[in-house]
Amino acid sequence: MTSAVPKGWVGSSVARREDPRLLTGRGRFVDDIHLPGMLHAQFVRSTVAHGVVTGVDLSETLRVPGVVAAYTAADLEMGDIVAELDRPLTEFVPTAMPVLARDRVRYVGEPIAIVIAKDPYTVEDGIEAAKVTYEVRPPVLSDQQALAQGAPLVHDEATANTLVDVSMFATEGIDAVFAGAHQVVRVQTSTPRQNALPLETRGAVAEWDAREEQLLVRTCTQTPHQVRTVMAGCLGLDERTVRVVVPDMGGGFGQKCVVGREEIAVGAACLRLRRPVKWIEDRRDALSASFLAREQRYDARAAFDAEGRILALDADVVCDMGAYSCYPFTAGIEPLMASAEMPGVYRVPAYRVRGRAVTTNKAPTAPYRGVSRPQIVMVMERLFERAARELDMDPVEIRRRNLITEFPYTGVNGVTYDPGSYLESLDLCEKVLKEEGWYERKDTAAAEGRFLGIGYSCFSERTGYGTAAFAKRKMAVVPGFDIAEIRMDLSGGVTVTTGTMSHGQSHETTLAQIAADRLGLDLAQVKIHQGDTDRVTYGFGTFASRSATIGGSAVARAAAKLADRLLTLGAHLLDTTPDEVELGPGRVRRCDDHDRSVSFADLADVAYLKAHLLPKGADPGLTATATFDVQGDGTFSNAAHGVVVELHPGTGQVEILRYVCVEDCGVAIHPQVVEGQARGGIAQGIAGALFEQVTYDEQGEPSCASFIDYKVPTAMEIPDIAIHHLETPCAFTEGGAKGAGEGGTIGAPAAVLNSVNDALRRTGVELDDTPIRPATVLLALTPVGVPA
Amino acid sequence: MSEKLLISLTVNGTRHDDLVVESRHTLVDVLRHQIGLTGTHVGCEHGVCGACTVLLDGAPVRACLIFAAQAEGRDVRTVESLAPEGEMNDLQRAFSAHHGLQCGFCTPGFLMLAEGFLAERPDPDRAEIREVVASNLCRCTGYQTIVDAIESCARERRCGAGETR
Repeated sequence: MTSAVPKGWVGSSVARREDPRLLTGRGRFVDDIHLPGMLHAQFVRSTVAHGVVTGVDLSETLRVPGVVAAYTAADLEMGDIVAELDRPLTEFVPTAMPVLARDRVRYVGEPIAIVIAKDPYTVEDGIEAAKVTYEVRPPVLSDQQALAQGAPLVHDEATANTLVDVSMFATEGIDAVFAGAHQVVRVQTSTPRQNALPLETRGAVAEWDAREEQLLVRTCTQTPHQVRTVMAGCLGLDERTVRVVVPDMGGGFGQKCVVGREEIAVGAACLRLRRPVKWIEDRRDALSASFLAREQRYDARAAFDAEGRILALDADVVCDMGAYSCYPFTAGIEPLMASAEMPGVYRVPAYRVRGRAVTTNKAPTAPYRGVSRPQIVMVMERLFERAARELDMDPVEIRRRNLITEFPYTGVNGVTYDPGSYLESLDLCEKVLKEEGWYERKDTAAAEGRFLGIGYSCFSERTGYGTAAFAKRKMAVVPGFDIAEIRMDLSGGVTVTTGTMSHGQSHETTLAQIAADRLGLDLAQVKIHQGDTDRVTYGFGTFASRSATIGGSAVARAAAKLADRLLTLGAHLLDTTPDEVELGPGRVRRCDDHDRSVSFADLADVAYLKAHLLPKGADPGLTATATFDVQGDGTFSNAAHGVVVELHPGTGQVEILRYVCVEDCGVAIHPQVVEGQARGGIAQGIAGALFEQVTYDEQGEPSCASFIDYKVPTAMEIPDIAIHHLETPCAFTEGGAKGAGEGGTIGAPAAVLNSVNDALRRTGVELDDTPIRPATVLLALTPVGVPA
Repeated sequence: MSEKLLISLTVNGTRHDDLVVESRHTLVDVLRHQIGLTGTHVGCEHGVCGACTVLLDGAPVRACLIFAAQAEGRDVRTVESLAPEGEMNDLQRAFSAHHGLQCGFCTPGFLMLAEGFLAERPDPDRAEIREVVASNLCRCTGYQTIVDAIESCARERRCGAGETR
């Protein structure tokens, strides 16, 4: 059996299947769902960062005309949300996140009661009428406070407020390497608490389907099956009694890949009332009480020889994970990622790391696009820049000397890197900036007293984490595989159901491209179905750049299985053997005579309506199911970013004059989508480098409750970005794709920070922290005496 | 708070005379939940993100910052007006061609912003387009392809106008 189908769809930037509905207002997001008799929910939330709830008085709430119900934890029977690692207590302390706070509250915005009313305005009246009293405790608001002797405990079971404490690798003799090194450099850096900030806030509509005896929850989640599992667990239901359906999603970026307590509470309220209940998070809650991310502190040292070769890396990582562990990843998500991946694209012979997750009285955290890799890339790139300065080397040259160039490469971190284009991407990135004349312009600017700088970052990104990789992390719930189910109908087209969940990544197009190529179908004959737990056995949704690699490979395998069935049936109907036929466009044909063929529609006609004509023993129907998992360490995309900035002495503004990204995600299924992911990712990386920071006052009240305080960059701050593609196909995903979802975000902060430091070079000031604020830049420029 | 008002709005050419609203109901909520035009989205409810942008008497406004009662008797256009027969107009086609949308949540706001802008200023340069695009927030695209789409649509419209002249 051979496939002679021309490989047409993969690699082509076809029109997105999602676009017509989204552009004409016919998309359906969760807040677009209206059901008869639907009620509206919001939450009474804690106004204190840390305390014991001494009383919840909802009597006034219930007197508000139009308020239907109000429940506390005591009113609704709900189990806690518990996320665990299979690690000893010395490494991981499990904590429970109640759906509604019971006695303790641990952050401002923590849900205490759910109020349900006839419309979204009345429910706000009900919230306002609620009275909660607290015995206030001193809050723990930073990692330093959390780790200080005698600090108040956020969770009584977590001594020293530490949820995760893991020391890894510790290459033998590493201290001697540092002692004997030609040069040791140190970088201490911190990154701000950020909000992934999907433009659509979280939300859910729960409905009791009396006929099916099933709780139907429509929610905007990246991980529908995980929501089902937790919903069923917390509410004491069998999994089959819960159906999670995901409508169109307005972004997620990680914030929606964990299970939200509000989703569960809405399900519980619906069960109690037997009426549809809708909850739409408002922006204030999304900014202050949702899942946040990224607040980390690093103290890293690297030893170098005289030629600029790195000899050893030693790092201490502390991640402020806020009040609770998120499901299913736990508070280990950031420190374990940072610790495992830090050496990155470089040949680091000796490595030691300690990674900690501390708990504080701030909103809990979730994975956010890139997860720790924006920071570890920043740390590594800063170490190399600093070493280059100390050794008086070119910053690009020192990277070249240390990049992994022979693959597969197994690092000191025990991770095996599949082939990539680390050196080639850096070389091309530098070449582009040189050919465009930016180095000359930098010199000219310096001669004029202006501050231009050029900076790079060079990194890889592990994508396609299979169960093996997540098991290494010792997660109690081990994500990794995914499932695709494919069904040919009587018209000869197919419906493909996937366990992944697009929330902007264009899977309805890209997964269709994969299936269409494997089956010789037109794109219009492939329908992708996602986000319905009743339609696919299980899936892990979309996060960690897993969908093209794992979901796409599952689709390719399911399509290939179906192709085999079509060939077998086609051969039978053409009175020949399967090795004498091949797939043609929409049909099975004889290899030696293309005119002798049978269309898919005719095959389906036999498979479904004339099954008595099937070969002996063949099953009726044309369906196939396949799974895909990655057995090894995953596949690594890579990129180099080059940035040119000018610092403005009058305002301290960092203006990005040029941004070049050379990326390699293996075979690009849809190059335009890959570029879109890169640009959007870079925009979020720039946001972290220059603008965004969630801050709190000394009582733990979030200072960012609106877009006035939380600065999301606009088109005036994000420049045009040039993208160049290299292609090193992955050997073990079907079709050679690697993940492309996060690289932009990972590479941008380091490149921007390095370019700013390059521009600051003659001031003697070197910055290590982000966001780089105008005031900091202004201060750095002041001693030079440039008139403001 | 529950005092009811009877208002009338013209939305996408259709007059609605029988809208019963509370004084605190915003225009975007009435469009979405009473008239059923859910193409206009709510992103922040404080006038910054622009996902709720509609045209009020031809000019782009934040429908979350206007009470429905303030729009009494006025003409509202939403994203649903751009493709009344389901066939995308040139601006929508340009957004698709340039991948000016990913998740699509902010998109109706950008479309109406651009529609209003191009009607007033059919011959903008790229810098002017970028400045207008900076009125709204998009978290997916990095804005470049939105600017590309509007620039390309404006160019096409000028070419089209040139031909008919």
